Amino acid sequence: MFRRHIKVLAGTGVASLAVALAACSSSTSSAPPAAAASQAKPTGTLVVFAATSLTDAFNKIGDQFEAANPGVTVKFNYNGSSSLATQITQGAPADIFASASPTNMNTVTAASLESSTPKIFAANQGEIMVEAGNPSHVKSLSDLANPALKVVTCAPPVPCGALATQIFKNAGVTVKPVSQEQNVGGVVTKVSLGEADAGIVYVTDVLANGTKTTGVPIPANQNATTDYPIAEIKGAPNATAAAAFISYVLGPDGQQVMKSFGFLPPTS
Amino acid sequence: MSRAKWRLNPLVAVLAALAALFFIFPLVGLVTGAPWGHITSVITSQTALQALELSIIASLASTAIALAFGFPLAWLLARGQFPGRGLLRGLTTLPMVLPPVVGGIALLLAYGRRGFIGRPLASATGVTLPFSLAGVVVAESFVAMPFFVITVESGLRSMNRRLEDAARSLGASRRTVFLRVTLPLIWPSLAAGLVLTWARALGEFGATITFAGNLPGVTQTMPLAIYISQSSNMTDEAIALSLILVVVSLVVMVFRRDRSGAQ
Repeated sequence: MFRRHIKVLAGTGVASLAVALAACSSSTSSAPPAAAASQAKPTGTLVVFAATSLTDAFNKIGDQFEAANPGVTVKFNYNGSSSLATQITQGAPADIFASASPTNMNTVTAASLESSTPKIFAANQGEIMVEAGNPSHVKSLSDLANPALKVVTCAPPVPCGALATQIFKNAGVTVKPVSQEQNVGGVVTKVSLGEADAGIVYVTDVLANGTKTTGVPIPANQNATTDYPIAEIKGAPNATAAAAFISYVLGPDGQQVMKSFGFLPPTS
Repeated sequence: MSRAKWRLNPLVAVLAALAALFFIFPLVGLVTGAPWGHITSVITSQTALQALELSIIASLASTAIALAFGFPLAWLLARGQFPGRGLLRGLTTLPMVLPPVVGGIALLLAYGRRGFIGRPLASATGVTLPFSLAGVVVAESFVAMPFFVITVESGLRSMNRRLEDAARSLGASRRTVFLRVTLPLIWPSLAAGLVLTWARALGEFGATITFAGNLPGVTQTMPLAIYISQSSNMTDEAIALSLILVVVSLVVMVFRRDRSGAQ
């Protein structure tokens, strides 16, 4: 009796594992067969892998792009750029990769997985995010060195983590974070919920988070900038739509949206 | 008692073989994909050793907590006569089916620094759970303890209670009945529950990274270290770390199977 029960339990565990796996794989839903390259009008589903920090801006651009191109559905997979780069090198069916740093784009280009030369479409800078109203009275980066303050950053391989490392170096401060989050959304969540006193995020995250948190600007001589490259992925299931989307992001409409969410124009 | 000669139905055999291969192939992938050339340097790296140590400490602590608190809960669910028992069982075993990330967020809202339990706890004791090893244990307990509760509860339900009644009628104290009759009878499910709970705690990822964060040497357990390395284009490290976890888990699962098979 006991043994039978244990087997049932083990089976439950296995079933839930399978469900979890299925849930993971469904997030990278495959697009319908590619439109013929000669066909100018983009159709079908376009799958865009984009850095977490692009979430709001790209959702807006996606809506506008769909409105301008009836018949196209844009699907986004937002995550830390390093995770996305790994997914693409492992064969995830992406049409486009928009990274928060050239470093992670290089992971993809090093594997010769891009079919268009990456183009910089935006830039972003760091800002200190603190709880709404700044109850801890954080005024500068040097305040973050206080061990009583719980500071959260991104993990070093993620662009926002590399940015934080560079910023701390520029400011000459040693900060011991209590957690290294896997994408910038994790940092925003921990500060928003009040679990962390401060985090290093992008200027755009502070803007997007509204009154839920407060931003403490970083002086220009201590701040760092990261460029956002975008490229079509080799063997993109929907190459026509991918090219059209990249043009849209680089064009005046896309750039207007990026600007409205606080992104800087491409520096190069 | 003899049974008719056991004959293998070909359809059953094929389906069973497919099921077995479904589980075995990914393990083969891990073994063949491992960076055997420099695996010792990866396995003995500080990150790996710290993560392994944290994983073992936290999973054992969670298992101990499951035993201390989960056993009384299982007892209550199995023997208690009160309205809402089914609801209580549903609520306390919900984490088994809940996405662990949801559990992590829920834990933050309750036991986090600004949570409705965590805030008074912090002001009274100065203790905050997130970003600490205690937070890891809380996250693992939340996700893993239900496996213990549900296994022990069904053990208590399916045991022959007349043996307890007989012992009582012969004058044994409640304590003696529990130690000499009940405990030996439910021992297999107790052991299975402990192993399942420990294994689930060892593999816990979503609730841990959400509630306790990720910091090497403090809250970065093996699954977190594996996830961070695989998402950082360090696949070699991820595979090597995964192999350690697989070996540790496999040893325990096989051991458990043999033990319960011997009953």
